[in-house]
Amino acid sequence: MKKEKINQFLSHIPKNALIIFIVIIWIVPTFGLLVTSFRPVQSINSSGWWTILNAPVGSKEYATYCEACHGNRGDLLPNANLGDPELISKFDRSVLLLPALAKEIDGAPHMKDVPVPNAQVVADIVVHLKNISGLETRPRVTLNNYIDALVGYRGTRTYTQDCAEDTPPLDINCNLSDLLNPRGMGRAFVNSLFVTIPATILPIILAAFAGYAFAWMHFKGRMLIFAILVGLQVVPLQMTMVPISRIYADLGLNATFLGVWLFHTGFGMPYAIYLMRNFLGSLPRDLFESAYLDGANHWTAFTKLAIPLALPAIASLGIFQFLWVWNDLLVALVFLGGTKPVMTYQISNMVSSLGAGWQILTAAAFLSMLLPMIVFFSLQRYFVRGMLAGAVKG
Amino acid sequence: MGTKAVPKIMRQGKVTPYYYLAPAILLMIFFIVYPMINTIQLSFKDRTGLESAATTCVEGNPCWGVFENYHYALTAELNTSTFVTLWNSFWISSYGNTIKWIIFMVAFTVLIGLVFAKIVDGIKYEALSKAMIFMPMAISFVGAGVIWKFVYNYGSQQLQVGLLNAIITGLGGKPISFLTTPVLNTYMLIIVGVWIWTGFCMTILSSALKSVPDEIIEASRVDGATEWRVFTNIIIPMIMPTILVVITTMVINVLKLFDLVYVMTGGNFHTDVIANRMYTEMYINFNMGRGTAIAVILVVAIIPFIYMNIKRLLAQEEMR
Repeated sequence: MKKEKINQFLSHIPKNALIIFIVIIWIVPTFGLLVTSFRPVQSINSSGWWTILNAPVGSKEYATYCEACHGNRGDLLPNANLGDPELISKFDRSVLLLPALAKEIDGAPHMKDVPVPNAQVVADIVVHLKNISGLETRPRVTLNNYIDALVGYRGTRTYTQDCAEDTPPLDINCNLSDLLNPRGMGRAFVNSLFVTIPATILPIILAAFAGYAFAWMHFKGRMLIFAILVGLQVVPLQMTMVPISRIYADLGLNATFLGVWLFHTGFGMPYAIYLMRNFLGSLPRDLFESAYLDGANHWTAFTKLAIPLALPAIASLGIFQFLWVWNDLLVALVFLGGTKPVMTYQISNMVSSLGAGWQILTAAAFLSMLLPMIVFFSLQRYFVRGMLAGAVKG
Repeated sequence: MGTKAVPKIMRQGKVTPYYYLAPAILLMIFFIVYPMINTIQLSFKDRTGLESAATTCVEGNPCWGVFENYHYALTAELNTSTFVTLWNSFWISSYGNTIKWIIFMVAFTVLIGLVFAKIVDGIKYEALSKAMIFMPMAISFVGAGVIWKFVYNYGSQQLQVGLLNAIITGLGGKPISFLTTPVLNTYMLIIVGVWIWTGFCMTILSSALKSVPDEIIEASRVDGATEWRVFTNIIIPMIMPTILVVITTMVINVLKLFDLVYVMTGGNFHTDVIANRMYTEMYINFNMGRGTAIAVILVVAIIPFIYMNIKRLLAQEEMR
């Protein structure tokens, strides 16, 4: 019996290894981004995210070359206290420190019989000295990237540092109003919510009405209109944007939230109706018949019977539409642009204009994923159900 | 047509349905039907949408009259001097790239999705591992673009902070600039697409796998069929309709794909695809005629799938 179990276990190893392999490939890129978003900028640019658990830069070199005399924290020698930021500021680059190491002190070499290290090692030691003296601390993890991304900080240091020393860039006020800086992700988050919530609720309401009519009302051309609607599901956004932006220009709806709400509602309609109609149509016939025998009409059947029963479908649809609008770039790019930047727009803008500003980019990307991730992991069931119901969408 | 009958007692006045339908239908007409017609009209006009496209023809050059925008859209990226240059330029044009996207993205998403759905079927951590593969579906293409741009990051010096180049240099290779090296870069973008969409295929195929009756599988096992033969000869044919639906859905998705290319390369370095080229013509070059002509080409490519969708719907209705 036992042997059988072991054999069974062994035969599953290749399968399990394959599963683990695929899962790891799938999550490592996102994990790397998450780790990076919490690292200070100097670390991001000088080492890969997978080194985050390694010893800090220069600590090993310091231990080899300096610790014996200066001590672990650098304050063992009273007349050469390496914990003093003022002293370290005089040697804050390897070209400044190197001569000091090569110099003689009281007739004997600074480093005694230890050979003077090369420039790269000295540079690493400088990083460590700055760290222990507090001149330029480099913590393993920091929230600075998130703060900088939220307020749209584009200086050369960090928002916290600049504000502490009262030298902020022009568009930074160093108070809560920075959260609404048009270049920041804080403002973009608010805009994204502003776009997404009405653009999710509106289509659900309209689709519930239309879906009910398709499922439980009798009218001419019911099937024909529905077939057309199914065809419309796959019309690409690109096919409709140009005329709409021309009409919007005439109506003054370009760069307004209303314009985007209406566009998402109109465009989301075919899929939303399709989903609602299929769900409502699958409800038992007897239910509606007996409601009618009890004197119900369409309005009461719709509000008292169909809507409460359709809540799971409404949840699926809501999640789908929410994620679709939240993650959309094209509509936001064309109809809102930079006047009311949403998160996707802001990030795509950072990618092209910031180049390699990974510290802000990674934090910004994660901020934009936060809400979808929460929605996804808490309501995954409904999301999957909505997708299985036939997810072919704009 | 397979119209499902509404109970007699529920028959209502002729106008009532339209109270329920009107807002939705009006919105769809305004936002989808009318713009489609207008887009087709505009594709025969010049960059401003006022004059006929024929006026943009240049003396002495080949001209397709009112179809001049289509002439431009179809041939501008091609080098027609010899057959070889035509062939080569086609495969780095937005059309060639879109075809690459369709072939490789659809093949890999469906294949990996199917294999993964099969091997996790019934294991203890099925839900968790499926959630991990599915997770990229919840984030935006923009977010995915940033994630993978970082994976592909290329440091020109010794130091590599991008995971892929760190692995390559760690194994003794030379770092590669994945996103700016033509031909390779399109495939690197397709990998990102596969990463995003495999979860979609996996979820749908997984639910199809679960709907295959156990008795059939058991019966063939009793007859001595190996697991592999059960999978290829019994299960795959049974879920073939679902596989086809997934494939058509994926082709449509790929044709419309814009964000990923826009964020990661902007369509530069020969990574352009039809959907991004339309955006470039329309909103960067501000050429309405050319932009809409490309949009029309995109829709023409999608029409067969619209047709298949409707046919599938009607078949479903028959079964009800």
